[in-house]
Amino acid sequence: MNIMSKNVIEVNNVTMRFNMSKENLDSLKEYFIKLVKRQLFFEQFTALSNVSFNIEKGDVFGIVGFNGAGKSTILKVISGILQPSEGSVKIDGTIAPLIELGAGFDMELTARENVYLNGTVLGLSPDFIDTKYDEIIDFAELQDFQDVAVKNFSSGMLARLGFAIATVVTPDILIVDEILSVGDFLFQQKCENRISEMMKNGTTVIIVSHSIEQIEKLCNKVIWLEKGKVKMLGETKEVCDAYKSVTK
Amino acid sequence: MKTDVKNFLKYRYLLFNLISRDIKVKYRRSVLGLVWSILNPLLMMLVMTAVFSQIFKFDIPNFPLYYLIGSTVWGFFSEATNSCIMSILSASSLIKKVYIPKYIFPLEKIVFAFVNMLFSFIAVAIIFAITGTPLTWTALLIPVPMIYTLIFSAGMGLLLSALTVYFRDILHLYGVILTAWMYFTPIFYPINALPEFMQNLIKINPLYHYVSYTRDILMYNTVPSLETNLICIIYALVSLFVGIVVFKKLQKNFILYI
Ligand SMILES: Nc1ncnc2c1ncn2[C@@H]1O[C@H](COP(=O)(O)OP(=O)(O)O)[C@@H](O)[C@H]1O
Ligand SMILES: [Mg+2]
Repeated sequence: MNIMSKNVIEVNNVTMRFNMSKENLDSLKEYFIKLVKRQLFFEQFTALSNVSFNIEKGDVFGIVGFNGAGKSTILKVISGILQPSEGSVKIDGTIAPLIELGAGFDMELTARENVYLNGTVLGLSPDFIDTKYDEIIDFAELQDFQDVAVKNFSSGMLARLGFAIATVVTPDILIVDEILSVGDFLFQQKCENRISEMMKNGTTVIIVSHSIEQIEKLCNKVIWLEKGKVKMLGETKEVCDAYKSVTK
Repeated sequence: MKTDVKNFLKYRYLLFNLISRDIKVKYRRSVLGLVWSILNPLLMMLVMTAVFSQIFKFDIPNFPLYYLIGSTVWGFFSEATNSCIMSILSASSLIKKVYIPKYIFPLEKIVFAFVNMLFSFIAVAIIFAITGTPLTWTALLIPVPMIYTLIFSAGMGLLLSALTVYFRDILHLYGVILTAWMYFTPIFYPINALPEFMQNLIKINPLYHYVSYTRDILMYNTVPSLETNLICIIYALVSLFVGIVVFKKLQKNFILYI
């Protein structure tokens, strides 16, 4: 096997089931009643069933599918937020998940404090954040708002700050879930530029986007999910054409 | 195992960050925060001394110190485990959105409770000074019972934080259990005031051993026996083992229940 075709992500037969009856487990009494009646864990929802694919180093991998197809769910499984009910995921390298920007923000704290908090949530050291702090604030264009509590920020400002922190280190794998739809046009442009820069440096990228044009422009491989199952997997043109013929 | 260590090292900054946030909230935002955390046990000690050594006439030399050491060790265990209970549930918004090793949250609460206990020891030191009680070299062993109690509490905390995700009743039950457990620990009474079978029963209680150990080295210039040390270690390790095993098994599905 040559180095070029090295898999950095291997998704093997992943099935993800959600429990739809969580409130029923709130009390011990109900738990035991259900246990005796053997009703436990019955109401389940399968968001992904038996999904497999590989992503090689340097790939720009697109995921398309309708709402509720399981696109965000597979991204969460890959980034380790969710553990698959069945199957396995093998990852080789560091991941920067742009799934929910600013997930670790504390709304009461200032932008400055949140840079440090969110940075450590992502596993960065405070010393490292010190050296990158100005760069983060510049990219997010928040020079005048560094000491303002982020609860006063607009969603665009939050997205900028979240993106700036999450991409401050060049990761081996970048995961982008429809975040490019928030913020204004200029910011989207800026994000795309930064992502392209990372691609040039060999970062493997997984993109979920509503815009099929964006997928066609950026990706070399695409998977189409439908109701949690793999509908199609292959070259961009092939999959996108098939997908477009259904959506039209 | 190796990846666990690497993972912990990566997230240690987050751990420090969360702890320092808790400390800031408790001690910096109110000037009186630190003063209260010393004054509170001292005032409690006055009340307990009045009630138990004057009214009930327990025959304990230096009752204030006896009580204060007991309540400090107990207070750590009780605060640590009690704050662990909610630790996973209150971190739910974070757990749902980013990958973080989940034990960070109960661990943070335990370390924070430990820091609080260190501050409470200032109160103990004040009473040593006021009562003119001499300290001998055995006091240097103080890290030993502290580490025993820490490990025991960490195990219990991990266990409770994981179980509570599935059974919210524990939130309500644990308060009652803690109260019963406290009366079952000789904090303000001497163990020899009890009938023999009760004494034997209390010797099952790990907290009895941790409290007595601390008193032995601080007040009675005694080095606890090898047997006592073994009992303390076994309780601590069993608790930690059970805590880790249960937590590891349950954490996979936390996200589906929070
Ligand atoms: N935590 C959860 N609990 C229950 N159901 C969920 C959960 N997360 C996602 N789902 C369900 O799984 C399905 C796939 O969701 P998602 O991956 O977000 O779809 P999308 O492709 O639009 O990103 C949806 O029907 C959603 O309701
Ligand atoms: Mg989605």
